Order: sequence, then C-alpha cells, then structure tokens
Amino acid sequence: MADKKLTVARTGNEAMAEAMRQINPDVVAAYPITPATEIAQIFAGFVADGLVDTEFVTVESEHSAMSATIGAAAAGGRCMTATSSQGLMLMAEMLPIASALRLPIVMPEVNRTISAPINIHCDHSDTMFVRDSGWMQVYCEDAQEAYDSVLMGIKIAEKVRLPMIVSTDGFIISHCMANMDLIDDRDVKDYIGKYKPQTWLLNPEKKITIGCLDLQDYYFEHKMVAIDAMRNAKSVIKECCEEFGEKFGRKYGFFDTYKMEDAEVAILAMGSLAGTAKVVVDNMRKTGRKAGLIKMRVFRPFPADELARAVSGLKALAIMDRSDAMSGLEGPLAVETKAALYDSAGKPKIHSYVYGLGGRDVQISEIENVYKDICDFAQAKKKFGENVTYLGVRE
Amino acid sequence: MDNLTEIRWHGRGGQGAKTAALLFGEAAMSLGQHIQAFPEYGPERMGAPVQSFNRISPEPITLHCGVTNPDIVVVLDPTLIATVDVFQGLDKGDSIIINTEKAPGEIEEELNIKGMGIKIYTVDASGISKAEIGRDIPNTPMLGALVKIYGKLNIEHVLEDMKKKLEKKFRSKPEVIDGNIRAIKRAYEEVKS
Amino acid sequence: MEKRKMGWKELPDADSIEAGTSAEFKTGDWRSQRPVFHGENCIHCLTCWVVCPDAAILVEDGKVVGYDYDHCKGCGICANECPINKAKGKEDISKRPITMEDEKNFKNDI
Repeated sequence: MADKKLTVARTGNEAMAEAMRQINPDVVAAYPITPATEIAQIFAGFVADGLVDTEFVTVESEHSAMSATIGAAAAGGRCMTATSSQGLMLMAEMLPIASALRLPIVMPEVNRTISAPINIHCDHSDTMFVRDSGWMQVYCEDAQEAYDSVLMGIKIAEKVRLPMIVSTDGFIISHCMANMDLIDDRDVKDYIGKYKPQTWLLNPEKKITIGCLDLQDYYFEHKMVAIDAMRNAKSVIKECCEEFGEKFGRKYGFFDTYKMEDAEVAILAMGSLAGTAKVVVDNMRKTGRKAGLIKMRVFRPFPADELARAVSGLKALAIMDRSDAMSGLEGPLAVETKAALYDSAGKPKIHSYVYGLGGRDVQISEIENVYKDICDFAQAKKKFGENVTYLGVRE
Repeated sequence: MDNLTEIRWHGRGGQGAKTAALLFGEAAMSLGQHIQAFPEYGPERMGAPVQSFNRISPEPITLHCGVTNPDIVVVLDPTLIATVDVFQGLDKGDSIIINTEKAPGEIEEELNIKGMGIKIYTVDASGISKAEIGRDIPNTPMLGALVKIYGKLNIEHVLEDMKKKLEKKFRSKPEVIDGNIRAIKRAYEEVKS
Repeated sequence: MEKRKMGWKELPDADSIEAGTSAEFKTGDWRSQRPVFHGENCIHCLTCWVVCPDAAILVEDGKVVGYDYDHCKGCGICANECPINKAKGKEDISKRPITMEDEKNFKNDI
C-alpha cells in the first residue's frame, strides 16, 4: 500500500473531516462549536459537492445532534458527529444512552476547556468530564494520529459495539497544518468494510424495542452487558491497532512509548504535549539522563495492566494532566494511573502535574524542568510538598 | 531539531497573515520539507494585530509548543511596529522582513536597534501588490521575500507550486493568478538588506 | 413459585428486546371502573379508538365491537370523549354508547 502514499499538508480538523469523507457515514448530524466547527463545515462541503452519500442533518443544538445521531445509529446506520467543549457538555445527557444502547458512533472531538471563565483554548476538561459516559476515548498527538484513529475507531467501535470519542488538542492541533499521509480512498473502504449492525430498528424481519423502562429487576443485568463490553474492548483495540499497523505501516497501541527501553525516569502525558516532550527526551539523553516518554492514547478503556508493566522498571514517573478533576486529589490521569499501580510490585515513585489549563502554553524549558525535578526526586535529592504540582500557574 | 527554522508572521486581521503561513507551509511541504503552519487565535477582529507561525525542517517535527524564539519574523504591516513588539524573541543573527518603502538602514535608525545583530530586510510589498494584483494584499509578495531570506527553497519550484494552488482557488479569475505570481517573484528579487 | 430471571450473560441482545412485549403485560386487572359498550347507541365515529391510551378498543371492519379487557385500565377517557355520550347521552343514560360501571360487579369475567 506504500506506493499509494499521498503526503499532504492538513490541519487536525481537515484530517478528521477527510477521514469522515472516506468513511462516508450514512448520517452526520452536527452543530457548530469552536474549535471543532470546521470538521462538520468541511464535511458539509463534501456533502454539497456530492463526494459522500451522507444524510447531513443540521440541528438546533448539540443535544439534538447527539440525539439525531443516536436515533440514526439505532435505525441501523453508520453515524458520526463532531463537537468540542460546551457542545460536549450539552451532549452529556445523551452520551450514556449511546453507550448503553451499544451504538458504535465515532465522534471526532476537539479538546477545549469548559466555562467559566469563558475560554476557547485547549485543555482536556471537556472529554474528562464525560470520561464515565461509557464512550471509548482516544487522545491524539497530531493530525496524522487523529486521522488514523478515526479510521481505526470505526472498526473498533463496530466490533466492540460501543461509541468512541477521538480527540485532538484545540487549536494546537485542530488548527495546525502539518505533513501527513492519507490512505487511498479504496483502501479505506476495504479496510472499514460494510457496517452490519446486529439489530436495528428498521429491520422488519426482527422487530425490536430499545431504550425501554428497565427497573430494579433487570437494569443491573443490562448495564452489566455494557460494562463487560468496555472490559473486553481492550482486546479488540489491540487487534485493530495491529491490523492497521500491518496494513498501513503506522503502529499504535493503548499508549506509545518513546525511548523507554532503558529509561529510569519518564513522563506520562496525553495529546500534543507528548510531541514536545519527545524533543525534551532527546535533550535529556544528551545530558546523560535516562529519560523516556509514555504517550497515553486510549484513556477509556483504561489499560491498567499494560501501563503497570510499562512503568515497572522506572525509578520515577511524572504524570501530566491537562485538566483537574477538582476532586481535591490530582488530575484524572494521575489518579487512575495510581489506582492501576496499586497492586504492582515494581511501581516507581510518582509525582503528578496539572498543566496548560485554558490553553496555557508549555515550553520546552518547562518540560525539561519536570524531567530534572523527577530525576532529583528519583535520587531522593528532591521532595515535593504535595503530590501534585500546578505547572506554570502564578501564585 | 538543529535544522528547524521557526517563523512568526505579524499582520492585522484581514491582511492574510494566517493564509500566508498556510501557503508558505504548503509550498515548503510540496518541496519535501516537514512543516507546521498555525495561527494564534484570540478575539481578533478586522484590523486587530494578529500572529501566525511556521516551523520548517527536513526532519519530522513533533514540537507543539508556541513559537517564542523565531528565526525569522515577517511584518505585513509596518504600522504594527509602533504597537506590537515585533522584535520579541529575536536574537543575534535572526532576521526580520518588513513590508515598507523604507530601506533597512532607515528602519534601524528609527528604531535605534543598531548593534543588536538582527538582520533587517525590507520590501515594498504593498506597492508591489497594488501594481501587480491591483489591491493592497501584501501577504503573497511577502512570501516571495521570505523564500529569499529563508534561502532553502528554490523560488522557481515555489512559484510552480503556488500557481497550481492559485489555479485551484481562483478558477474563475485567471488575472489574479498571474498577478500574484508576478508579485511573489518581484518581492523575491526586490527585498533589500 | 417466582419465575426465574435471566442473568446478564443470557440476555438475548443486551441493548434491545423483541418488539411488542407490552401485549404480554396484562394491565386489565388495574381497573376499578369498567367501560361497557352499548352497540345500539354507537355511530362508529371511532373517537374512542383514537383517544384510548392502551389501544383497548376492538374494531372490526371499521366498527367498534367492544373492549380488550386484558389491557383496558378503565381510565374512562373513551366514555368522556364519546360525542354521543356528550350529546344525547348527557341527560339520558340509556342513549349512551359507553357507560362506566363498577369493576367489582364484573370481577368474575377476567
């Protein structure tokens, strides 16, 4: 397939819209919100130009966008929408319905902070807010990964029968044009195949009821089926990532590692910061520090065992969260990683950081300081007053 | 990242600073470079000072932090110099290209920045734009000046690539295409050091 | 003996159940008042069939023939909305196509 490689310059939003064009969903219902607006806007252009067969539904709110998408998916269609921030907040009520009804909706999302104060820039507060909605969540470093993850997402979601959010960092990636390789339209078509739902409302052969009243005697059992689907999703994700790597040459996992083979200290981060941190790892290595990086991609389902194994040889780990759960504890990635390591014998010393809220830039020098600090922490030369440091916030 | 060049564009909302960064990025990409092109977003309106950025490297770029120490600054509107610190983050040996009729020496004296070691280039991009395109849209001629100062892209290849892109965008207005190409070429040739 | 309930692994398709199961849920014994149909007074306008929330009005060849007492909850909307009940039947009960009667008088019918 390598001979068909087409290198282009695309923004994150353009890349996700391009993936949607190649997927050619049956229904897309969408409502605009910065910085995700372009995804549906570009896709609407594809609809107008006749490049896709999609029924494009312009709705009056994100709540309606998700409702329409759920309805169309329940009817048996391959359905998508896109959103960000407050839009995702407004969808929140509908999200667990999509997952409990086992509808494989794939939703490109652009990470933007949530109000108040009003701010349109990047952090992960929006998707973290809905992390327990039963949607799989994949955080992407750049446009290429976002494009690939949306394509893989279709396959994973339809096999697992749970919906998936694929997100990029708002503006930093959504509006950053960069080199990426597109996959040939026909290869994408072959790869994702035709969608065959197990049950669907518009099937006259097998009439069904969905979303019915389900009280004390059966709700738990029905919920258990969705819970079990999320628990089993890991094996499907692993399989699909491997298949994608073999077919198209780009390998992904639950998380990607960078120079972890002999690393003594590492950063665990999600999204675009991981890219910048790779440069910092290289810089650290030049100064003799054995630094590594784990870029978390799949946050739901949470790959606890795999993560515990990946960090087991480390002396110290810095966990970087681009949101705060306001739990009085630490950021969500830190809390869940610590929970994952509870039973692990070789767990490293851990310090966590909350960074970049509301789009606050994080420079190379700041990440270098994180590495230096945890190197000292590993050697017991440094103590932190608290478990979490709020990186770059003025006191 | 030693071969990485970072560029900052200064303009006013509506002058095409974002478009220029995207066009420059695309041109560099089609010549085999790895690129990034991104605007700075905020509450901009027509006329408000805006910035956009490029990163160019022969190797893949994974940096996603803001550009704070650019190697080259491009100023689309000379009136910005009075209100915005367009020199911010420039070090000795870095370059700035300003759209103005003035000579680099005049600018240096006016701003009293001799001895800072910053290479100053000027080009009358507005004048070129008015003559060749018929309107004051300085962003495309400034691209030509940037290609010259960046020095690692072949101008003929850039012009070919730009022509293809403009042909797609302005199918119904062929006169705009030739005017833009002439403007880029002239600015490439006329930029003064 | 209580009916054995399925475990989550046995559920037919988890997110969905077969359609039309409400027919199996006999709500007729919720009734305290029973609508009784008097065909000789009926003009078969089907207003009752439209307004019945439980689809419990039985119709054959476009004519009302009676009630599905397995599902009729005795809400009385049919009797309330019947145009003949409201007109001729207002004063003279014997002209009403639908009368509401105490369920306890019929208990043996179910």
